[in-house]
Amino acid sequence: MSEEEQKKSVAFGETTDLENGEKVETNEGTTAEGHSVAENGDAEAPATFDPSAMKKKKKPKKEKETENGEEAPKENGDGEGFDPKALKKKKSKKAKADDEAGAEGDGEFDPTKLVKKPKKATKKKPSGDDDEFQKRLEELGLEDKKDEPAAPQTQEEIEAELAQGTGVWAQDNATPFKYSQLLKRFYINLYEDHPELSGDGRLKNYKIPPPQVAREGNKKSIFANLPEIARKMKRNPEHIIQFIFAELGTNGSVDGAGRLVIKGRFQQKQLESVLRRYIVEYLTCGTCKSPNTTLMKENRLFFVNCNICGSRKSVSAIKTGFQAALGKRKKQQA
Amino acid sequence: MSLENLKSFDPFAETDGGDDKKDYIHIRIQQRNGRKTLTTVQGLPKEIDPKRVLKFAKKEFATNGSIVEDPDLGEVIQLQGDQRQKISELMVSSMGIKKSNIKIHGF
Repeated sequence: MSEEEQKKSVAFGETTDLENGEKVETNEGTTAEGHSVAENGDAEAPATFDPSAMKKKKKPKKEKETENGEEAPKENGDGEGFDPKALKKKKSKKAKADDEAGAEGDGEFDPTKLVKKPKKATKKKPSGDDDEFQKRLEELGLEDKKDEPAAPQTQEEIEAELAQGTGVWAQDNATPFKYSQLLKRFYINLYEDHPELSGDGRLKNYKIPPPQVAREGNKKSIFANLPEIARKMKRNPEHIIQFIFAELGTNGSVDGAGRLVIKGRFQQKQLESVLRRYIVEYLTCGTCKSPNTTLMKENRLFFVNCNICGSRKSVSAIKTGFQAALGKRKKQQA
Repeated sequence: MSLENLKSFDPFAETDGGDDKKDYIHIRIQQRNGRKTLTTVQGLPKEIDPKRVLKFAKKEFATNGSIVEDPDLGEVIQLQGDQRQKISELMVSSMGIKKSNIKIHGF
């Protein structure tokens, strides 16, 4: 079941999982590095970046700086956290990093989760509601005393029973079906036969072709199938281009065939992660997670309208932010 | 008889509400020549002294960096190389900045 679901989502061919894997790896790499640094640099004072010192001394420091120059921060470091603290802090950092890696894997960049949740909810809800209703009925002393001996079964069990025709579903079963069971059976069957019908199409496989990236010369990359991707996402290519440039901190142009030429060297998986972020921010509906949305501009504000549930959310305009000056000084002056 | 289950969920509530503090800290990356990159940290809160952060980061990450004064964005920290993960971890763990307020850009 879970495997099946992982396929359902925004998928870029086979490389979907690669990225997450990589993320974790790099994270571990950095933390490991930090750890060793911490151990080596134990004896040195400033390596203990004590947060308390940090916060408290913030404002006073500015004043001190004028008097003592650079002496102040060192003293802070010396005084407060020496070796045991440093070690502890580094460890907690590592744990945090691991958490982060996990969270990133599941959360932001992996829309599978987004799709997964609503589905389970739709399937499990009926039983819960029903039980509650039943209980309430019993409390109120109304008739209707169908005993409910079996606790709500797990999804897998029910599916297995359904498939094998055992349990309640056996030929010679005499006990009457419960509504919740029948409802579950209905959803399971519906999902098997017509996955697009169950749950407003939010389970529909949403696939975008992986970005085709080629290198042009030494310093430029070509993003070949941008028009195709834009069409699939129903977005203006201009908007996507703007986003890509802002994220990558670079610029480029569109060539005659509609391909995007980006300045700088970029690999497919890098652009993939950028596109993923674009999808999360500007494509998926905030309420039902459906990618079937339209982007509208109304008096300088961008809105994402969902075509399925009709919800509407405002999204921030794309900002380039700070751009560091690169390249030769001479060129800038000229 | 109570009908409590009717008011348990408000379908018309605003989504994504929460504390909408839009003062994000942006961590960006820029490509330089070859495999070299540059990390910029923009939008640090006022109570954090960028000089001190930079000083620590330089030592901790074994890299060089500088502070650039931008007319619109104030002081921006620049670090050599891809330090995005490291600097965000640092900010979360020791500067008391929420992870949700940090935006990491780039590939």
